[in-house]
Amino acid sequence: MAAESGSGGLTEYIKHHLTHLTVNQDHGAFWAFHLDSVFFTLVLALLFIALFAAAARRATSGVPGKLQAAMEILVEMVDGTVKETFHGKSKLIAPLAITIFALVWLMNFMDLLPVDLLPWAAGQMGVEHLRVVATADINTTLGMAITVFFLIWYVGILEKGVVGFFAEWFTAPFHAHGPVGKILTAAPNLLLRVIEEAVRPLSLSLRLFGNMYAGELIFVLIAGLTLESSFAHLSTYGWGAVQLFADVVWTLFHILIITLQAFIFGMLTIVYLSMAAEKH
Amino acid sequence: MDIAVTLIIQGVAFFAVVLVVMRFLWPPLMAAIEERQKKIAAGLAAGNQAQKDLEEAQAKAREIVREARDKAAQIVDQASKRAAEIVEEAKHTATAEAQRLLTQAQEEIVLEAARAREGLRKQVATLAVQGASQLLAREIDARTHAALLDKLELELVNG
Repeated sequence: MAAESGSGGLTEYIKHHLTHLTVNQDHGAFWAFHLDSVFFTLVLALLFIALFAAAARRATSGVPGKLQAAMEILVEMVDGTVKETFHGKSKLIAPLAITIFALVWLMNFMDLLPVDLLPWAAGQMGVEHLRVVATADINTTLGMAITVFFLIWYVGILEKGVVGFFAEWFTAPFHAHGPVGKILTAAPNLLLRVIEEAVRPLSLSLRLFGNMYAGELIFVLIAGLTLESSFAHLSTYGWGAVQLFADVVWTLFHILIITLQAFIFGMLTIVYLSMAAEKH
Repeated sequence: MDIAVTLIIQGVAFFAVVLVVMRFLWPPLMAAIEERQKKIAAGLAAGNQAQKDLEEAQAKAREIVREARDKAAQIVDQASKRAAEIVEEAKHTATAEAQRLLTQAQEEIVLEAARAREGLRKQVATLAVQGASQLLAREIDARTHAALLDKLELELVNG
């Protein structure tokens, strides 16, 4: 591989690609701030809001335009899923699910852009590191998952009251009749519940993060095939063809993955919230 | 770090993906959107048409009801007129018949009266002559009193 001959080579290239644009590093690791993740999250959130606002402002009860029709298809899909899954009457769930799906999809979509394009452009402007896929940053996915976690509590308390919500921690999944049985099942119920509550945001965030991180890494590895070669070398054309082919195939396959992961994140949010609203 | 070649190939790959998406993914998506637009347009048109049809039908119904009411009024009018005519005719006929019967009865009465008077007069004349002749049988000389008797008889017959 031509890449291995250069200074630093592939390892440095990959390391470089996996380094966040970080500010405020002097106050400990926790306060280090991934500017790129936040930036792209905000930009894509604004894009999502702008798209939806444009569709909503020009929304007509008559024949819809193409944008409105597309948004309607998306909204109908999410709303249908919510109606099938969530049997409460919360007005929060469908907009939340749409926001999660659309935002996660947009953030995932950044993965499909040429992996060096935006970092290269940023490098021209003097920005050393840039990671464009916000969902390949555990901070982003965990942040969203923790938000969902609090929403689960919020909906649960809203539907069952504070007493009902916390009483459930001791009375489910094992049900018992009589005071002795209730005391005996309380401890295992609580244990299982604590594990469940802890696992939910972890699995939700790690699933998305893992998929996107791996996807990005594979893009980086594919890109590394022609690293530090030039058109003067014959081997460049061979590896270039391989890179081109692999890149196209992986990008096409990744369209499926980003959609699937966005759908899973949104779907699981609906499922968790509906479980929180349902009485055991 | 020199990534010029890598980036160019990435760009070409991205362009190829865009082409594939445009060729294979975009058309069905657009078709679905256009299908939806068409369906909505057709639904709205059908709704408008139905609204128009309904209004037309309602107008027609109102017209028919109005015509029927007019016709009914006309029929009632005719019927009452005809009834009045029939009553009038019946009255007329009855009056005429009554008049006829009355006249006939009167004529018969007059006739009968005349006949009775005639009969009575004859009987009275006969009785008078008889009475007179019986009363005066002896003294009356038919010859002497003939003129008197004739005069009496004549008076009775004519009077």
